[in-house]
Order: sequence, then C-alpha cells, then structure tokens
Amino acid sequence: MKYVDEFRDPEKAQFLLREIEKLVLRIDVCRQRPLALMEVCGGHTHTIFKYGIETMLPQEIEFVHGPGCPVCVLPMGRVDDCVALAETPGVIFTTFGDAMRVPGSKKSLLQAKAGGADVRMVYSPLDALKLARKHPEKEVVFFGLGFETTMPSTALTILQAERESIRNFSLFCNHITIVPPVKAILDSPDLMIDGFLGPGHLSMVIGTRPYRFIAEDYKRPLVISGFEPLDVLQSVWMVLKQLAEGRCEIENQYNRVVPEDGNPAALGAMSRVFEVREFFEWRGLGSIDHSGVRLREAYAGYDAERKFSVPALKIADPKSCQCGEVLKGVIKPWECKVFGKTCTPEAPLGALMVSTEGACAAYYQYGAFSRQRAEAGTPADAA
Amino acid sequence: MCLGIPGQIVAISDPENALGIVKVSGVRREVNLICIVTDDHPVEACVGDWVLVHVGFAMSRIDEAEAAATLKILAELGEVEPELEAMRLSGQA
Repeated sequence: MKYVDEFRDPEKAQFLLREIEKLVLRIDVCRQRPLALMEVCGGHTHTIFKYGIETMLPQEIEFVHGPGCPVCVLPMGRVDDCVALAETPGVIFTTFGDAMRVPGSKKSLLQAKAGGADVRMVYSPLDALKLARKHPEKEVVFFGLGFETTMPSTALTILQAERESIRNFSLFCNHITIVPPVKAILDSPDLMIDGFLGPGHLSMVIGTRPYRFIAEDYKRPLVISGFEPLDVLQSVWMVLKQLAEGRCEIENQYNRVVPEDGNPAALGAMSRVFEVREFFEWRGLGSIDHSGVRLREAYAGYDAERKFSVPALKIADPKSCQCGEVLKGVIKPWECKVFGKTCTPEAPLGALMVSTEGACAAYYQYGAFSRQRAEAGTPADAA
Repeated sequence: MCLGIPGQIVAISDPENALGIVKVSGVRREVNLICIVTDDHPVEACVGDWVLVHVGFAMSRIDEAEAAATLKILAELGEVEPELEAMRLSGQA
C-alpha cells in the first residue's frame, strides 16, 4: 500500500483528507449508512486499490466499482465468436493483449493460439492494418474492444483502410458506450449510489455534456476525474462538497486533459463509421439497450460479422461465478464463492479476475486491508 | 489499453496521413496525429509536442511537466512496461 507522502503533492493530499472528514459531518445520509460513490472507470479502480485510497478516507465513504472495464464486461459468447473467427482458415486474428486470457465457454484466445490458430497481439489497430497490407492473401480481423476511449482509433483505422482500398481487413466490433450502462445502473431498483467519479480519458473523447442527465434527471453529482491518486482524492472531495451543499452538477476535475466538447476529430470519425446497435449483451449486467455500436452499412465490407459466419450464441456465465453481482455492487469480490479459490488472476473463471482493472483482480492483489476494514466495520453483516 | 501514455512527437513521417514518430520512454513508434491537428496547429507544427497516446493515436496535447508527472504515476501503477512491451512486439508483427 502507498501513503500520502508519495502523492504528487502530499500537503494537498493531507489538506483534502481533512476537508473530506469535515464534509462527511455535513452530509445527513452519512449518519444512517455509508455514502456510496461509484468510480465508473476501471483505471480508477486500479488507482484506488494500488494507493489504498479507500483506507485513507473516513469509514462513512464506500466505493462501488463500476462497469468501466471493457474486458470485464465482455460476455463469454463474444469470446467464443473471437475463437471461431481466429480458427477460420486463412484468418489472422488480431487483438489487444488485454483480451487474450479472457475465458470463453471452451477456451480463451490464448488457448486457441496454443492450439494453432493465428492469433496476434497488436498494440494498435494500425498494426492490424499493417498486417493486412503485408499479407494480401490472408484475411486480417481486428477485435475492436473498448469504450469511447479506443473507439476513435478503430474508426480512424477503418477510414484509413477505405482510403487505401484494403479489402482483406475487417473489424469484429465489440465497442461499447459508457452512458447506457450508467443509466441502467441508475434505473436499477436495488442500487443506491450517491455520486459518481466519471472516467477521465474516455471523457477526453466525449467531453462533459453526455453526463448531464445524471445531474438533471437523476439528481446525482458526477465529477470527471484524472487517474492519479491526488486526482481521485480531489474528485471525492468535489463530489462530497456538492452533496454537503445540496448541489447536483457535472464537474470536471481533469480539465487539464478533458475539454467540455471532447475531441471533435475523434467524434467525427466515430459518427461517420459507427451506428448504435439496438442492444448489446454485457457480462453480469445482461442486455442493455443502445449500449454498443456496429459499422454502418457503408462500411459493411469491413464488418467481420457480415464477412464471416460467427456462432453469436448467448452463453451463460459459469453458475459459481458471481461477476454480475460484484459489478452491480450487490456483493464484495471476496464474498463470491470462488474468489481466490478456483478463481485467481493466474486461472481466472470470471472476467473481473482477468484484467488488472477488474474489481476482483484489484481486491486479490491489494485488497486485504479493505476487507479487514469492511468486516470490522459491519459486525451486523457478519451475523 | 484504456490509459493514455505520454510521449513526445520527434518527427513527422507522413504528413498526408498525419503520421508522426513519438518517443515514449525511449521507445519510438509511429502514431496517428489526426485528433490533435487543427487549423491553428497543423501537422508540421506538432514536432516537439507532448501528447497522450492511446493505442497508436495521439489524443490530447499536454505540457511537459504534466507528461513527466503522469509517466511517473503510470510507472508506479505498472502500466508503462506492458504498454512499451506491446509497442515493441507490435512493431515486429
């Protein structure tokens, strides 16, 4: 665990912690139950655990780890589709390294590769396009994964392929958008979230406006946050300040990187290439309307789902795996029956254990102290 | 994949397609600059800029001090090495 004196500005961190303690006293709900703050982004989850931020904060504040880890919310059926594409003769299947170990119903991409499928890790979709140029006799499929953070890179790569008339390149599109799952969480009757930390690098693309409904329609504050520990502390302070003052606004702690309007070039490429799907399946959260995108008709020739036949089956998660309940904040990771037993970062059963940004992997690596504190702080739950 | 990594643009390799060479912690890599290019800041003016790079695309200009501080935290978070490794391996693909 890290300590405040290792933060970028330790004095500021100490000051913020003292101010947060004062604010907690002014928030009524803190007298009845812990205040629930959801960090939407997996990058924040990683920072919170790595630096032990929850343990520095007053006991009245709890983090609920949100759905913003694209690898973690990828349903098993889509992994099976990846494996099927990778095992198609003549295909070079390209993917970010993060997705290699996500379990499918029979195997992961890593296992498919070991079995002889041509699966290659790439750093960028541009590298996948380079492979298509280099191997005109092969079909290169890129596994498009991620929220609006990585979506512009895929869109711009498709536009580049079009400019060069490269025809042996296609996209297996699994891009998802951040607003629909947050809305689904807000609409869920068993969920109590008092405020949000909004994603930083994703918001650099979409800007601050798409979040307005959270403040206006659901009366919850959201602060867009950088991923450094000091950013997260400052954002928690900003959310609490709003709650103490009875305000609900969308604020931007990360304005050194996030412009209000987002990135116009990125947004332009995305809307040119992609259209919203009617619905998309999320691991643990089920089907969410309008939460994914696919290639527009004009780019159908670059769509792997139209170019090849994929099984497209809906596969239920293993019964023992409780990723869904963890994702919704209903249970803590260590309360899952298989956590740390048959599900570990070395041999993950569920997706939340695969990525370092997944709540389970973060708890497994850094969470012992949080767990002790939670168990000590809630004797009633243990009974 | 989701975190941007800071680097400095050291050359323009293909002005027509807005491609430049970015140096990230000593590793050089071709990066698409289209998202940081504007009428006021054309491709040619990008050399020397510090940028946040996401999967091969410069997504935001940042100042040098910010870049250094961000790199330090990313290294602590264990995010720099896997990213640089991915860049190195991908270059050979």
